[in-house]
Amino acid sequence: MIKVEQLTKKYPGVTAISDLSFEVGKGEIVGFLGPNGAGKSTTMRILSSFMPATSGRASIAGHDVFSDSLRARMHLGYLPESVPLYGDMRVSEYLRYRGSLKGLSGKKLRNRVEVVKELCSVKDVENQLIATLSKGYRQRVGLAEALVHEPDLLILDEPTIGLDPNQIRQVRELIKSLGERHTILLSTHILSEVEMTCSRVIIIHRGKIEASDTPENLVGQIRTSGTVKVEAKTGSDDPVQMIEKIPGVKNVSVNMEDGWQQCSIRVEANSDLREAIFRLAIARHWVVRELTQERATLEDVFVELTQADD
Amino acid sequence: MRRLLTLLRRELSVFYYSPIAYIVLFFFLILNGLSFWFAIALLNRAPSENTVVQVFFNSAFFWIAYLLVFPVITMRLFAEEFKLGTIETLMTAPVRDWEVVASKFLAALIFYLSLWLPSLLYFIVFGWLGNRSAIGSAGQLWAPYLLLLIMGMFNVALGCLASAFTSNQIVAAMISLVLTIGFFFLTLINYVVNNSSPFLRDITAYVAQLDHMDSFSRGVLDSRVFVFYPSMTFLLLVMTYQVFQYRRWRA
Ligand SMILES: Nc1ncnc2c1ncn2[C@@H]1O[C@H](COP(=O)(O)OP(=O)(O)OP(=O)(O)O)[C@@H](O)[C@H]1O
Ligand SMILES: [Mg+2]
Repeated sequence: MIKVEQLTKKYPGVTAISDLSFEVGKGEIVGFLGPNGAGKSTTMRILSSFMPATSGRASIAGHDVFSDSLRARMHLGYLPESVPLYGDMRVSEYLRYRGSLKGLSGKKLRNRVEVVKELCSVKDVENQLIATLSKGYRQRVGLAEALVHEPDLLILDEPTIGLDPNQIRQVRELIKSLGERHTILLSTHILSEVEMTCSRVIIIHRGKIEASDTPENLVGQIRTSGTVKVEAKTGSDDPVQMIEKIPGVKNVSVNMEDGWQQCSIRVEANSDLREAIFRLAIARHWVVRELTQERATLEDVFVELTQADD
Repeated sequence: MRRLLTLLRRELSVFYYSPIAYIVLFFFLILNGLSFWFAIALLNRAPSENTVVQVFFNSAFFWIAYLLVFPVITMRLFAEEFKLGTIETLMTAPVRDWEVVASKFLAALIFYLSLWLPSLLYFIVFGWLGNRSAIGSAGQLWAPYLLLLIMGMFNVALGCLASAFTSNQIVAAMISLVLTIGFFFLTLINYVVNNSSPFLRDITAYVAQLDHMDSFSRGVLDSRVFVFYPSMTFLLLVMTYQVFQYRRWRA
């Protein structure tokens, strides 16, 4: 559905993305991740034909986004990062206008406007001026607009930013259900959301792709260590010194609360040191009330990949 | 075509729903009313060869209203889209760049023309009240309006270009005011330059809006006007298109 080949975009003085290549197949929901300034919005703006790349090629549904951009745009529903809307229009009026601009008319147009108002829960503000909407409602109107012509492909730049927790959940469900019939490329900084909705993740950093895989595989392959948490009463022992002697421990930090030592132990990759720590505790007569190994999350992957060389 | 109509409808609705439009219309009514009153008062004082139409279209009130209206109606067109960022939603919809430029130009032109309707109404009612002779022939009434359309096209296109240059409406208005007034006074070069060459006089005759109006309001049509202004308008719109595209691509 999306094909990106060696895409490079240079702004005066900054190379926002360099030599980016990836593909998104039909029906995929792909999370596009990266730290601030990584080039996510830039990539999406090029894909939406808003601006041309410096070099390289990109196509949507087989149509080049630059040379055949009108047809590429017909397949696309795009939600820009800043959700620009016309404040002087009412919600229904805006959705009708955008629908008609995207080629709908008559009964079909009326139907689709009703459907997306329902889907994105903006029915209760349908006659309100957009200028008077709250941030979250603006976001929902933007999403409804992106969906209005039933595009094959949705490109959503941070769709859940500014929504309340109920809405975030609702939009997440919406995205999941849309994923059955549409292809979706979405950027976000909420990684739990990605783990729940996306079938694949692309992580970019400084304009280059660092990883592209399913969330599970990424978490599985992560090179960094997990963390073991121990909460114990250690008497006169210094837990840091003793735990650090165990092979495989990278570092230990301790926090004292109500007489309990709360230790957070970074351990090497793919090792489980819980047994060794348990034996140490028995030997030293510590009272233990928690001993858990935290699993690596997408967040760990993200941090590992995008902070490595800072 | 349908897309162009959708865009045009949107652009027009911005004009007619905004309070600015009614403020402009209000000032226009006042200035036109003054100009009309002035014309009648003048003709009542002393018998004259001139028709009301002629005096109206050659009065200072008329020219002030005419020159000031272009910056006001065109400043918003592109500048606001860039400012609000709506340029991004607009240009990622399946619309062509030229359709956007054309719809904005046409909407501004239509709004501009509608501003002159009240004055046309003054004349029609005035003639109907039994002063046919003071109006002159039908051709003498229509010719100045035809000229308003033709010169208006050019000035609206100047305003479009100015608005495409910047994201700031005030700056757009300034640029457009300077350009509009600059062109208006270009003929004055002849008075400033000592013994100006016939060539210079020929050139500036094309942009002498005062002179055009003088002859059109007498019912004398000048064919050069029909060539020069439409082709300049086209040129300006092509430039607007280029600037618009350049700014978007650099956005
Ligand atoms: N119009 C512009 N002119 C110059 N530089 C720009 C422009 N737009 C973006 N940049 C730069 O390009 C780089 C990538 O920006 P981009 O907006 O694509 O990042 P992002 O991944 O979307 O970040 P965020 O998570 O903050 O939204 C940044 O260094 C940014 O400063
Ligand atoms: Mg961004």
